[in-house]
Amino acid sequence: MTGKTKKMTSNNSSAELVEERWQLRLYVAGQTPKSIAAFANLKKICQEHLEGKFTIEVIDLMVNPQLARGDQILALPTLVRKLPEPMKKIIGDLSDTERVLVGLDVKPLT
Amino acid sequence: MAKQNKNTKSPLELLQKCPTGIKGLDEITGGGLPVGRPTLVCGGTGCGKTLLAMEFLVRGATQYDEPGVFMSFEEKAEELVKNFSSLGFDLNDLATRKKITLDYVHIEKSEIEETGEYDLEGLFIRLGYAIDSIGAKRVALDTIETLFSGFSKETILRAELKRLFRFLKDKGVTAVITGEQGERTLTRFGLEEYVADCVIFLSHKVDQQIATRRLRIVKYRGSAHGTNEYPFLIDEQGFSVMPISSIGLDHAAPTDRVSTGIPRMDTMLGGKGYFRGSSILVTGTAGTGKSSMAAHFVDAACRRGERCLYFAFEESRNQIIRNMRSIGLDLEQWVKKGLLEFRNSRPTLYGLEMHLVTMHKAIEVFNPTIVVVDPISNLVAAASEMEVKSMLSRLIDFLKMKEITAFCTDLISVGGNLKHTDVGISSLMDTWLLLQIIEGNGERNRGFNILKSRGMDHSNQVREYCLTDNGADLLEVYVGAGRVMTGAARAVQEAKDKFETLQRKQEIERKQRDIERKEAVIEAQIAVLRSGFEAEKDELELSFTRERQHQEVIIEESQDMARTRKADVFLSGKPHRRGKEVGK
Repeated sequence: MTGKTKKMTSNNSSAELVEERWQLRLYVAGQTPKSIAAFANLKKICQEHLEGKFTIEVIDLMVNPQLARGDQILALPTLVRKLPEPMKKIIGDLSDTERVLVGLDVKPLT
Repeated sequence: MAKQNKNTKSPLELLQKCPTGIKGLDEITGGGLPVGRPTLVCGGTGCGKTLLAMEFLVRGATQYDEPGVFMSFEEKAEELVKNFSSLGFDLNDLATRKKITLDYVHIEKSEIEETGEYDLEGLFIRLGYAIDSIGAKRVALDTIETLFSGFSKETILRAELKRLFRFLKDKGVTAVITGEQGERTLTRFGLEEYVADCVIFLSHKVDQQIATRRLRIVKYRGSAHGTNEYPFLIDEQGFSVMPISSIGLDHAAPTDRVSTGIPRMDTMLGGKGYFRGSSILVTGTAGTGKSSMAAHFVDAACRRGERCLYFAFEESRNQIIRNMRSIGLDLEQWVKKGLLEFRNSRPTLYGLEMHLVTMHKAIEVFNPTIVVVDPISNLVAAASEMEVKSMLSRLIDFLKMKEITAFCTDLISVGGNLKHTDVGISSLMDTWLLLQIIEGNGERNRGFNILKSRGMDHSNQVREYCLTDNGADLLEVYVGAGRVMTGAARAVQEAKDKFETLQRKQEIERKQRDIERKEAVIEAQIAVLRSGFEAEKDELELSFTRERQHQEVIIEESQDMARTRKADVFLSGKPHRRGKEVGK
């Protein structure tokens, strides 16, 4: 997470339907413990529940402060679900998986 | 910037202040808000917090070349632009010129899910970025309390708020933070705990259906400040505070005089009229011609080319002009020339303080040498007597400081005494004139006298105040038999006096003629007596002559006889002894 933005795409994404694509954006400010934890948690949740249907874009506001305005970012870290609509926001280090899933509107597999 | 100042200033140096550019506020705060520190502006809904914050930024950007960031948590940028365009602030223009940045922060709790630890670093980054991108010196946060409704973890919020204010201080920006008034606290969420440097409280009180906006500085660390509640005004030019009571009693006292506009009144006032910059009060019942007296004063001043401001609380501008035309005063010409301006408003239109503020503003704008308030008594309708007195004293003080002559009229009820005026405002006034109706003989007439006139010789006489086609005039009244006579009674008395004088004159003439006649009679009598005497005297002399002749004849005859008798002794030829005496 040293670059400007970092994209992570699952391996077999192209095979899925368009409506099932999850475009996620994670806003952080530098490599703080909270942001590292958030990214790790997010990655884990996505791989478990949205296998192959997601993209994660990490935006470091320390590098690009002007981007904070566009998505109305106040709290950090913030996870923004750009797609599917409507936009959703989840703040915090994403340690509570249940809440993240509710927030993302992802039905649990089981 | 603030840090630097702190390090370099000597311990005696006063706190640096950031001028707000808001009328009056800088006077109360002694120069503005504390530089590089946050100031809390709190108050109820609709009391003008946002406006104060925005005007602080706009004035900073336009007047002091200090760009500003307005971070709004309530209104969108477009809404702000629209709202403030009515006050003449072109925020779009300021934004394109990079003088002001509007940043709308949208917080919607339903859109946000909280999972685990977070902080508000995003807000700091946004704010920091906005500040750095235009080199902002001023920041407004309106209103940051909205954060409390957006996030559920209050402990995090409070810690972050503390950090925010430190962040603002570190940035060296002068910040205005607004906060909604709480039930028992200044702000609902206790922002005052964090902003400890300067707290301004705005209120919008409604008393007897009249709303008055007031501003109070609750706290200003490291600086002296006015502690009162100051009324303020929001109008098309923005925010204005009137620090009216801060004026002391140290105004100048000009010695030059201004004419009253009525020559005989000038004579009564030491021959020259009122002092410039003094306060004049005309008290009288309805219809005694108070406004006419004011109009004369105004007319005379305009004739000298001075500017007059006329606050009318009873009549409209056109009505005054029409009415004054009936006594031969054309005030319209002065209005057209821009020397005279009318400000008409109903006293109940808004609170007393607001009247004062409006008047202040009008005076500042128009810059007159004479101000007429017609009538002050009507203001009582808008407030209690005490308040009126306090308001007037501040108005008079303000006018005196500016060396503006104040002419106030005061309506008292018919049959009422002067008491309310007496205790109320007369002590503020330098010259107090009284107009009263003198009733009697089936008519009413106007009497005029000077109750007091500080610092000048003035007449103690009661005069009749007449309104004629050619203006007002003062006439002598008859004072006799313990009462003052005016009007027809005066005319009658005048005629009577004339008649009496004539009568007395005729009497004297008659007496004179009598004497003359008597003298003539006596003279005539003297002449008669004298002539009688003369006649007697003539007769007596005649008798003497005859007697002498007789004697001579006798002597002659006796001599003849003797000669005939040949007597030897002759009688003496000398006249008779008696005849000798008469002849003497």
